[in-house]
Amino acid sequence: MTVVQRTNRFFELSLNLRERALVVVATLMLSSVYLLPLWNLTMYAPQYPDGLRMDIYSYKLEGGREGQDIKEINILNHYIGMKDLVAEDFTEFKWMPFVVGAIGLLFLRAAAHGRMMDLVDVAVLYTYFAAFSLWSFAYKLYSYGHNLAPTAAVKVGPFMPPVFGYKKLANFEVYSYPAAGSYFLTLVVVLLGAALVLAWRDDAPAVVTVES
Amino acid sequence: MKSTKVIWGSVGLVVLALLVSRCAPSAPAGAKKTAAGASDIAVAAQKTYVAPGDLDEYYMFASGGHSGNVYVYGVPSMRHLSTIPVYTPYPATGYGFDDDSRKMLGNFTWGDVHHPSLSETAGDYDGRWLFVNDMNGRIARIDLRDFKTKQILGPVANISGNHSGAFVTPNTEYAMMGTRFSIPIPKGTVAPIEKYATEYKGVVAGVKIDKTSGAMSLGWEVMLPPFDFDLGDAGKKVSDGWMFWTSYNAERATGKLETTSAQRDRDYIAAIDWRAAEKAIAEGKGDVIGGVKVLDPKKVPGVVYLMPCGKSPHGVDVAPNGKWIVGSGKLQGVTTVFNFEKIQTAIRNKDFTGEEDGIPVLKYESIKEAEVAVGLGPLHTQFGPDDWAYTSLFVDSAIAKWKLGTWEIVDKVPMSYSIGHLAAAEGDTVSPKGKYLVGLNKLSHGRHLSVGPSQPESSQLVDISEEKMKLLYDAFTEPEPHYAQIVKADKLHPIEVYPKEENKHPLAVWDVKDAGVTRNGTNVTVKAVLVRSTITPTAVTVNQGDTVTVAVTNIEQTTDELHGFGLLDYNMNVVVDPGETKTFTIKADKAGVFPYYCTNFCSALHQEMQGYLIVNKK
Repeated sequence: MTVVQRTNRFFELSLNLRERALVVVATLMLSSVYLLPLWNLTMYAPQYPDGLRMDIYSYKLEGGREGQDIKEINILNHYIGMKDLVAEDFTEFKWMPFVVGAIGLLFLRAAAHGRMMDLVDVAVLYTYFAAFSLWSFAYKLYSYGHNLAPTAAVKVGPFMPPVFGYKKLANFEVYSYPAAGSYFLTLVVVLLGAALVLAWRDDAPAVVTVES
Repeated sequence: MKSTKVIWGSVGLVVLALLVSRCAPSAPAGAKKTAAGASDIAVAAQKTYVAPGDLDEYYMFASGGHSGNVYVYGVPSMRHLSTIPVYTPYPATGYGFDDDSRKMLGNFTWGDVHHPSLSETAGDYDGRWLFVNDMNGRIARIDLRDFKTKQILGPVANISGNHSGAFVTPNTEYAMMGTRFSIPIPKGTVAPIEKYATEYKGVVAGVKIDKTSGAMSLGWEVMLPPFDFDLGDAGKKVSDGWMFWTSYNAERATGKLETTSAQRDRDYIAAIDWRAAEKAIAEGKGDVIGGVKVLDPKKVPGVVYLMPCGKSPHGVDVAPNGKWIVGSGKLQGVTTVFNFEKIQTAIRNKDFTGEEDGIPVLKYESIKEAEVAVGLGPLHTQFGPDDWAYTSLFVDSAIAKWKLGTWEIVDKVPMSYSIGHLAAAEGDTVSPKGKYLVGLNKLSHGRHLSVGPSQPESSQLVDISEEKMKLLYDAFTEPEPHYAQIVKADKLHPIEVYPKEENKHPLAVWDVKDAGVTRNGTNVTVKAVLVRSTITPTAVTVNQGDTVTVAVTNIEQTTDELHGFGLLDYNMNVVVDPGETKTFTIKADKAGVFPYYCTNFCSALHQEMQGYLIVNKK
């Protein structure tokens, strides 16, 4: 069998109930982004022993202490000429919930049709979506750190806030880590992967039968 | 011969000098740092040390006397945490400069605060409000949600020299007031001093407290003979519904009172059935004097009774169970304990020995339970758990610990020096906590680095958790602590910023875009926004002669981000807390350019937080 044949054969596989269930569960996991934050930035400084917290959702920014922390971050950032963090500047908040919804529907479609082809499609689409979102987030941080007003009272060189991990910025220790929503999104990958692998393995004995 | 005389004479002189030096009196005990006036360093340090970042277990609210302030301390560290201005302008918080607090102070720039009184529910501190008296016939309410003075009532009609306040009843129905310096009433009436005994009147009052808002209004007044009403305490538990006030000068004397008022062996404690007074006023009884209804005990019997108490009593303190009422005669060596049940029996049986202006005088022997020989100059008594009582002794400069019921004195601890009031942890409630007691001394006599002749007062922390009282710590408190109250810290729940949603000030603006100046004739209104690190607007132009009202809103919602607005040459400085709006008004009578700036350090660019008021020449 050529590679193409094999691939075609793979795409034509059908999904068992078990794999379909996994895809449905993945859809539920995916919908968690409507409830849970995707990323968290926490900044500590001597004056802020409890830290300033910012949770990034797919559709909103939420500051710690009932939103007060974002106001505080903005007040501090205005000294270095950084733009205010306001929801209106995040186009992501507009398209992300829509795209998640669309992908969710495609997940369900894949589960309903039970075709490997559909599953591969949504898995690829989902991976692209996740990678693009991560890039978009990093680019956002980059632009906030690089588009500083030239009239700022305190001149700092352009900087890149941490996307993942820890970074010391002036008197602040900034921690940036994925939050609950991202763990669920990772779980989606695992579930889709499991569905793919299981479907493939289910198919394996059949191949053996045909050849013997 | 002559030289022998000289020699012998010299020897004699030397012997005499030696004798004199041997007999010369040594310094009195306690004046030096003796074992009694000192503390066991290892124990005391451990008990009082509150490590950086750690919190005290108790708040102490200490009266600031004639500073007009209330001072807040942490116990056991005895650290001064905060000053609450009440009757005196205080530029540090802008109190007395903005329109509202100025209005509250009226024409006064001082007050004399003696007795803080925390609000109570069922006889225990509930952490809601603190009431304080002022000698100028006023009473104030501090809200413990934000530690700010919210209301000053008075000067209240007919009350003269309100020393005998502000004692609250067990459910904060009333805070009390009373006259120490009797005058002819209503105020403004003149009568010669010779007519003191008949024309001058002492008056006591119950100030009604609104259960929800804490708002104070006059409830009732009772006219009394011209005794000097000194201190008070409300009955609790069995004696709830009664109020007890000590008085001196039963002689109704004038002139040199230190002699003339100290002739009788006994003066009086006035026992007032405040529910009866409340009822009489509700029934429309009383005569209108000075614009308010005043009950005359002659016409309304059953409201007041006089309890004889030796001698020139100062403090009267009701024990936690409400049964024992302890009256301390400052000019004797005993404190007198009365039995509330015996008082009630004596009233029922009309067991009287006379009357004063129609007020029955109860028979001393029938109401007295014990005379406890605590020591010289007893002033005030506080309580601990297990029926322990602690009485301050001014003359002895000590605290005596004794037991209610058995009346035995078990311990004394010297105070440096001349203790006045004392405050035990929740020691005037129905459930005293024990553990700590603070002696509020009148003299410190150099137990501190010298600061010149105007010396601070000393407040000494005493450990009362064990059988023996132990001195722990000397604190040097702002003048001048009279009474103080110590409350468990977890009973208070102060806010740290004023939430934006709660700011209903009509001139508040929350966005720098809304800040600006509006004019209506010669009245100019400035709505200013204060936020790190700009005062918006940064310049305001008005004309000479304008009346300028400036509303400053601190739009921060971050703790400790206070901003000030100081206006030079116009004697103006207000401080606004996060989320707060204050207004102040000036008459722009001086032409010129006047800088304004943030007075309360806020940020790295605090210095730049400034602007100009430009007053154009007319």
